[in-house]
Amino acid sequence: MIKSSFFRAVMVAAGMLTAFMAATPANAVVEININKGNVQPLPIAVTDFLSNNELGAQISQVIAADLQRSGLFAPINKSAFIEKIADPNKAPRFEDWKVINAQALVTGRITREGDGRLRAEFRLWDTFAGSQMTGQQFFTQPENWRRVAHIIADAIYKQITGENGYFDTRVVFVSESGPKTARQRQLAIMDQDGFNVRMLTNTKDIVLTPRFSPSRQEVTYMSFEGNQPRVYLLQLETGQREVVGNFPGMTFSPRFSPDGQKVIMSLQQEGNSNIYTMDLRSRTTTRLTSTAAIDTSPSYAPDGGRIAFESDRGGRPQIYVMNADGSGQTRISFGDGSYSTPVWSPRGDLIAFTKQSGGKFSIGVMKPDGSGERILTSGFHNEGPTWAPNGRVLMFFRQNAGAGGPQLYSIDLTGYNELQVKTPSYGSDPAWSPLLE
Amino acid sequence: MSRIDTSAMSRMQILARNPAVIALTLALALAGCANKKNLPNNAGELGLNGAGAATPGSTQDFTVNVGDRIFFDTDSTSIRADAQQTLDRQAQWLARYPNYAITVEGHADERGTREYNLALGARRAAATKEYLASRGVPANRMKTISYGKERPVAVCDDISCWSQNRRAVTVLGGAGM
Repeated sequence: MIKSSFFRAVMVAAGMLTAFMAATPANAVVEININKGNVQPLPIAVTDFLSNNELGAQISQVIAADLQRSGLFAPINKSAFIEKIADPNKAPRFEDWKVINAQALVTGRITREGDGRLRAEFRLWDTFAGSQMTGQQFFTQPENWRRVAHIIADAIYKQITGENGYFDTRVVFVSESGPKTARQRQLAIMDQDGFNVRMLTNTKDIVLTPRFSPSRQEVTYMSFEGNQPRVYLLQLETGQREVVGNFPGMTFSPRFSPDGQKVIMSLQQEGNSNIYTMDLRSRTTTRLTSTAAIDTSPSYAPDGGRIAFESDRGGRPQIYVMNADGSGQTRISFGDGSYSTPVWSPRGDLIAFTKQSGGKFSIGVMKPDGSGERILTSGFHNEGPTWAPNGRVLMFFRQNAGAGGPQLYSIDLTGYNELQVKTPSYGSDPAWSPLLE
Repeated sequence: MSRIDTSAMSRMQILARNPAVIALTLALALAGCANKKNLPNNAGELGLNGAGAATPGSTQDFTVNVGDRIFFDTDSTSIRADAQQTLDRQAQWLARYPNYAITVEGHADERGTREYNLALGARRAAATKEYLASRGVPANRMKTISYGKERPVAVCDDISCWSQNRRAVTVLGGAGM
């Protein structure tokens, strides 16, 4: 189980470093417009942070890896660096960085405070403008050094793209092991880059579809505990679990409302499955759909006003949208094949889905009115998209033909930057956390 | 199109994908079917097991001589003609041995999403339970549970396995809802 210290707040203090060469006008030379699909990655030099041990190099490595995986940055190989940064508080020799085509430069320093905390300082430089773009410092416990690196990577991403980053986040997923006919499944949590994996449940019961709370260190998921398949809540800090509601049949496919106060899910009764919400404070339940069909995979719009869900009321699974009170149920998917697992983007502009067509399983996105469908990846079996909190990257799971099990992948909205997220064993049902507090 | 042929020959081909089953089959053949306990559920249909060898009224009698499972077409929950025969035998057997409660487990093949397949498995279990009820099995002796696509019995990448996994299994005792 988790140690509670794992989730204790990391940052005690953060501050801006005074800008160097403040006299230089900030001509925004270095910027990336994410909205222009298939952006050319920006060459960036991430130097080893100065420190009296290997931590400085490790932190810069994590920063460079985050930026590279985003597909928007191309970290330059360190062996090409000419200038060796001796004092990160002094302006670098910009000519040395321009000549290796580094459009942006990251310098920094790690020092140990008297109370044992780490101080991490970094500066981001625009080499062609010859100016500092930003500089910040953070204080944290030494064991949280990876988080500091992710926070710095987020700051760089935000400065250059104008969008919030997503590196200081976690992913909860189902860790799978063993042969297909006797597969064991555990809930697990990890950093978004696949590090710091921890198991949250044992292998005794089948567990499926974990989803993060938008507001608390809490996960809702489905477990077959006691051969009673039901939706649960799990407090990540304490390991405390509870059943969500007291329903007469199987409850499944849970997800939080955007304010974290409700769980929306399917309840199965005989052959039908309908969508319900349960208010976590008042414990009142509300039925939202009422059909002799399978209604499942509900997902709220970020403003809480509408809900996307999947239904086979028309014959095969398709995506529908309804108002939060269940009124106005409207089908939005009309392409070939069937559409499942709609997930509303945290930005509100798109709905991601799993599409089954022509013997293939694809991950795609469409606008909330069903227009503008785009397939991002397609193959033998891709399923279950989840959004990074900035709405620019999706994670999903893929099962290839043949033996073996599912693996986690991420892909950006352009569909060009697809990467495996390596896990210790098979992985499925990823769910991205919000940006950590 | 996706109906499976239940003849012993095609079943043999399906099972032949699993080396363990072949080994077991050979071992049983060599041992003259001495060890009935390790028989796979559908071994009776392979003709390797003399009917009635199991103790009448036992779990083994039910799985081997009656047949504990039925299969479904893709994305379908309707009870096929071959499945009706199996369920009719189950209902007769359950009438003869009224002390057993049952759990019907519904399953789906892997060619669907996790959430939808949980619901589809539940629908198959419900349809099976409903059919058994229509044949006189009291509803209060029956529970259902869906495992979706999470508990396949046959593993390969084509219809020969998927058709084995789209099933409802009647388990004596068992625990469902």
